[in-house]
Amino acid sequence: MSSVAKQIKDSSWQSNPIAYQVLGICSALAVTVQVENAIVMTLAVLAVLCGSNVTISLIRNLIPRKIRIIVMLSVVSTLVIIVDQILQAYVYNISKQLSVFVGLIITNCIILGRAEAFAMANPPLASFWDAVGNALGYGWVLIVVALFRELLGSGSILGAKLIPQAAYDVGYVDNGLMVLAPAAFILLGLIVWASKALGGAEGEE
Amino acid sequence: MEIVERLLSLATTSIFIENILLANFLGMCSFLAVSKRVDTAMGLGIAVVFVLGITGPVNWLINEFLLAPGALQWALGDEAKNIDLSFLRFICFIAVIAALVQLVEMIIEKISPSLYNALGIFLPLIAVNCAILGGSLFIVEREYDFAEATVFSVSSGVGWWLAIIAMAAIREKLTYSHLPKGLEGLGITMITTGLMAMGFMCFAGINLKDEGGDEGGDKAALVETTADGRLAEATQ
Repeated sequence: MSSVAKQIKDSSWQSNPIAYQVLGICSALAVTVQVENAIVMTLAVLAVLCGSNVTISLIRNLIPRKIRIIVMLSVVSTLVIIVDQILQAYVYNISKQLSVFVGLIITNCIILGRAEAFAMANPPLASFWDAVGNALGYGWVLIVVALFRELLGSGSILGAKLIPQAAYDVGYVDNGLMVLAPAAFILLGLIVWASKALGGAEGEE
Repeated sequence: MEIVERLLSLATTSIFIENILLANFLGMCSFLAVSKRVDTAMGLGIAVVFVLGITGPVNWLINEFLLAPGALQWALGDEAKNIDLSFLRFICFIAVIAALVQLVEMIIEKISPSLYNALGIFLPLIAVNCAILGGSLFIVEREYDFAEATVFSVSSGVGWWLAIIAMAAIREKLTYSHLPKGLEGLGITMITTGLMAMGFMCFAGINLKDEGGDEGGDKAALVETTADGRLAEATQ
């Protein structure tokens, strides 16, 4: 059990997919205007990543090396189609807001990266825990960025107003830049810096 | 004339105002990985323009004639009115993209081995470049027609190309500066990208939103559009 915990900690902190492996940045920036979207996105990625890692690990000995990319892509896009249909059926509004980014989970480098680097060489159970760890590592960065952007950009978290009306009366203004693209880049840069400085993602080889 | 104007304004919008990389965050992975040197960035940029420019229209055709609700009517007659294959969209699009990337790879290998070596591992990665798939999905979501789809894909590619070259040039200079340890590499690149995105946001001040529309004779809009068109040409 402790080895599982260690594996999860390693992949979500030391070799965090976003900060250290530089994977899956696109969606990390696009869906972080609101915390709710970030959480749904994290769950979607978690589901797809676990599914794909386990599936690919199960069939890893059957896949010819030459066509492995296209095999992986078909496994992943099948899973993404399922997730997309579920999202459209149950949380239609959020699925509308995430727009093309659900589909873009297919090209999220975390999924292919982990399939190629881990699932192709390891048994299903280990691949499953690797998937969980990486999805969590992706998720926490996403949610932290979203927390800052929603709090500073619209003064709320999960839709609940946190900045009191009194503050607005005195002259506090929501930072409109936070909901726009540049703030996402800069915030993510700062988070990467912080996590490297704290010894999380060890940059030096 | 009106349609040319609309397409020009769409091109300007997708190159500058809604740059696919800086406003929509698509294609970040290869952007971060390949923007260390200008010449490789150049090569990858051209490859992306090429692949995006072809996959956009091709995927539009596939969506229009095979996948959209009732699209199969042309082949199967009225019975096909209720057939909706749009859930197959992702897998079809990604297959087209993967096949085209393979093609581009073979062409580049034949024409320019040095470029092929320089691009190395990153060429196959275009297949999983979200800008390509994202472009195709945006076309479907925004319901562009064929001409718009073509213009949108090509100019999105050009916008991406522009962004990665600019970034590569900045990063070449950045290697000479002293940075805090943790900020080196990804950290400073993200922050620079943020500043660049802010710069590109200035283009949003150019008002193109009426897009020609029903008043074709809107003089101010016309002048603005042509000026931007020239700007776009000059920058390329």
